[in-house]
Amino acid sequence: MISSPFSSELGSHEQRHLRRRKQKDAIFRVLCLAAALCGIVILFVFLGKIVVDGLPRLSLNFLTADLSGRPSRTGIWPAIVGSLYIMVLTATLSVPIGVAAAVYLEEFNTRKTKLTEFIQLNIANLSGVPSIVYGLLGLAVFSRFFGLRDSIMAGGLTMGLLVLPMVIIVTQEALRSVPNSYREGSMALGSTRWQAIRYQVLPSAVPGIMTGVILAMSRAVGETAPLIAIGAASQVGAPKGLLDEFTVLPIQVFDWSLNSKQEFHQTAASAILVLMTFLLLLNSVAIWLRARSTK
Amino acid sequence: MQVRPAEQPAPSPRQRGGGKNLFTERFVRVMAFACALLSVVTTFGIIWVLLSQSIPFFRMVSPIDFLTGTEWRPTREPASFGVLPLITGTLMITIGAGIVAVPLGLLSAVYLSEYAPKWARQILKPMLELLAGIPTVVYGYFGLFFVTPLLKPIFPDIKSSNGLAGAIVVGIMILPLVSSLCEDALRSVPKALREASFGVGATKMEVITRTVIPAALSGIMAAFILALSRALGETMAVALAAGSNPQLTFNPTESIQTMTAYIVSTAKGDAPYGTVKYDSLFAVGVTLFIFTLGMNYVANRLVRKFRQVYA
Repeated sequence: MISSPFSSELGSHEQRHLRRRKQKDAIFRVLCLAAALCGIVILFVFLGKIVVDGLPRLSLNFLTADLSGRPSRTGIWPAIVGSLYIMVLTATLSVPIGVAAAVYLEEFNTRKTKLTEFIQLNIANLSGVPSIVYGLLGLAVFSRFFGLRDSIMAGGLTMGLLVLPMVIIVTQEALRSVPNSYREGSMALGSTRWQAIRYQVLPSAVPGIMTGVILAMSRAVGETAPLIAIGAASQVGAPKGLLDEFTVLPIQVFDWSLNSKQEFHQTAASAILVLMTFLLLLNSVAIWLRARSTK
Repeated sequence: MQVRPAEQPAPSPRQRGGGKNLFTERFVRVMAFACALLSVVTTFGIIWVLLSQSIPFFRMVSPIDFLTGTEWRPTREPASFGVLPLITGTLMITIGAGIVAVPLGLLSAVYLSEYAPKWARQILKPMLELLAGIPTVVYGYFGLFFVTPLLKPIFPDIKSSNGLAGAIVVGIMILPLVSSLCEDALRSVPKALREASFGVGATKMEVITRTVIPAALSGIMAAFILALSRALGETMAVALAAGSNPQLTFNPTESIQTMTAYIVSTAKGDAPYGTVKYDSLFAVGVTLFIFTLGMNYVANRLVRKFRQVYA
């Protein structure tokens, strides 16, 4: 409200103008709130839809049975095993390399050179490359050139390259948040730079790194396109080794959604339910780690 | 434990380990550098693979026919490889997603950065992150079995996979990205600008629309472009929701195909090594890569410009 000594000086035209401005202001505020709530409403509608569609078909038998061409009989066990394999393999490939790269860029790279600047820019660009392009890289290099065809190994290597920029960026952020006094203190006591990193910097950056790694892993579990590009099958048994054919949960969702048999659309929703539950568990671990480290 | 005389300083680990520590130091440094270089190797790997594998394709199909042809029929006889239908399909999804995500994302960013009390932010932010964490194939499922049935009463002739549903779900998918990047841009606007604007009697809306948003504009634009380049490269959601029917149309209720969806559906089906179909994957891949690279380049330049202003 405008204060009284001034409002008496305002003509009726100005007062109307002011009222209109205030009205607009109120509408704008509501509009912004509505936009912010929109995403949340969509999230709940989506989750509700999945539960309604997928829950009836979900059972212990569905989780443990093999894939089948008959919607009433099919299970999802091979896809669960495949997803776990891909996740673990992606992590074992991308985490050591990603952390090492981040350590180089943040800790060893004391004089920023043209080359390291280029590497940094390159990492930022790589994280913007569509995942399907990584799939084409995997198809040509791992599947064809190294003859790994549509094996878990080829899938894990491709996925490892895909999440690598993400792991590097997150680890760099975690390292940057470690106070410089840790490094200086350690080196003042006579440690080498690597000893300071190994015994002081890395241990205090672990919660941050772990959070990032888990987010990268959930990306690897949800990602589908590169695995289809390297030729991952859909009708296979549970893999037993790294050179076996495989399928993953998102590929089953994709296949079943496109299946002409209506009943398969329900199993797709059940597979989504399994996938989302797993991702939610992973993410809660990340949130828990973050909460614990900020205490 | 051995007691040392006070005048003798304790040997540093460097001396105690002798050459071994120095060796470890150098070894670790070199290994870490090699890991950092791997990202550069990946980039060159991608460029090399895309170029070398698409050369056989461009020997069979002239680049001019590829870029100007209006029909994409890789399987029928005679095969035709005009990439325009795939490009218009991709652009339709990208622009449609932008129409959904840009206003919603910007307004929700305004709410989060300018209006929301702390507790509301603490609820809304993780929820948006959750929306961002949903796998893209799940968005495809929503497009097929939720959005399209909703659109059916409005557009009775709508196909079961259609550009409109694809654009809507991709728009929802990039919404959290637009919102969080725009919020960062808005937050970086100095408080003094807002106070000055309030000081001359502006309402909160006028402060936001005439001072804060213009001041953060390059960051906001960069956010839009980054999000749109994500939409451009999005694969699984459009492969399900928008379809696999390459045609040159601007009718959003028709089934279309994007570049990414073509790669997925062809790799999924049968594309034996050495056939034109196999090579065409890489030709489409190059086209897609150039598009996203261009958009990322523009976004990066804008971000750099925006950093120079306030930081």
